[in-house]
Amino acid sequence: MTQLIIFVALLVGGYAIGAFNERRHYASIRRREEEMRGLMLFASRDMPETHEGWLVMGNTVVSIDYFKRFITGLRQLVGGQLDAYESLVERARREAILRMKSDALTRGATHIVNVKLETSRVFYDDRRRSTGSVEVLAYGTAIRAADQV
Amino acid sequence: MIVTNIEQVPGKRVTRHLGLVNGNTVRAKHVGRDIMAGFKNLVGGELKGYTELLTESRNTAMERMIQEAQALGANAVLNVRFSTSTISQGAAELMAYGTAVVLEDEA
Repeated sequence: MTQLIIFVALLVGGYAIGAFNERRHYASIRRREEEMRGLMLFASRDMPETHEGWLVMGNTVVSIDYFKRFITGLRQLVGGQLDAYESLVERARREAILRMKSDALTRGATHIVNVKLETSRVFYDDRRRSTGSVEVLAYGTAIRAADQV
Repeated sequence: MIVTNIEQVPGKRVTRHLGLVNGNTVRAKHVGRDIMAGFKNLVGGELKGYTELLTESRNTAMERMIQEAQALGANAVLNVRFSTSTISQGAAELMAYGTAVVLEDEA
């Protein structure tokens, strides 16, 4: 009985706090994306005429909440789309890109070219069934276009 | 030392090519950070301790790569790539690699 109560408490707590954090994080992501819209990113290597180029990066490690992990466990019985993980990785990726952008802006970049994104599962322990945490790394070459100098 | 992940540096040209250089580091999480991450696993969201740990480790890997390039007499590392892999439970390897070159100002 006690175990059931703990389980339900974790489920409800995980859902409430997890959903609250997610909404807050999305609001913050959208606000900062708007602020830094002037800094353009390119996946290609073509670049405007420039004097300088340097490496910039941003990363973030995220994990899923208890409620979503439970729902995901159920979902895996039937397969299909795992929305919970989709939003998790998407948030992480947008956050990593934002951090890379602020890194570039500290030295007055106008563009970031050759942007690469890397996603990897880190610090996972199968024996203890600990949650996978996912790291997203964004990196690229920040440049300052010549006509902006 | 110029480090970028594109092949050329504006206003400079490559005069010598010194081959591939790399730097790596393997890091394990420590217990204190693990406990905090355990709490965070219940409510989801960013695991700041792990983010910092990986940032520090990646910087170490990059420093080692740069040292190797300096030892070869390079003044730039171009086309840098990063790779992250879980090589044992609870430990991650971070690697940075690139091409060491000597750059000179274009005449």
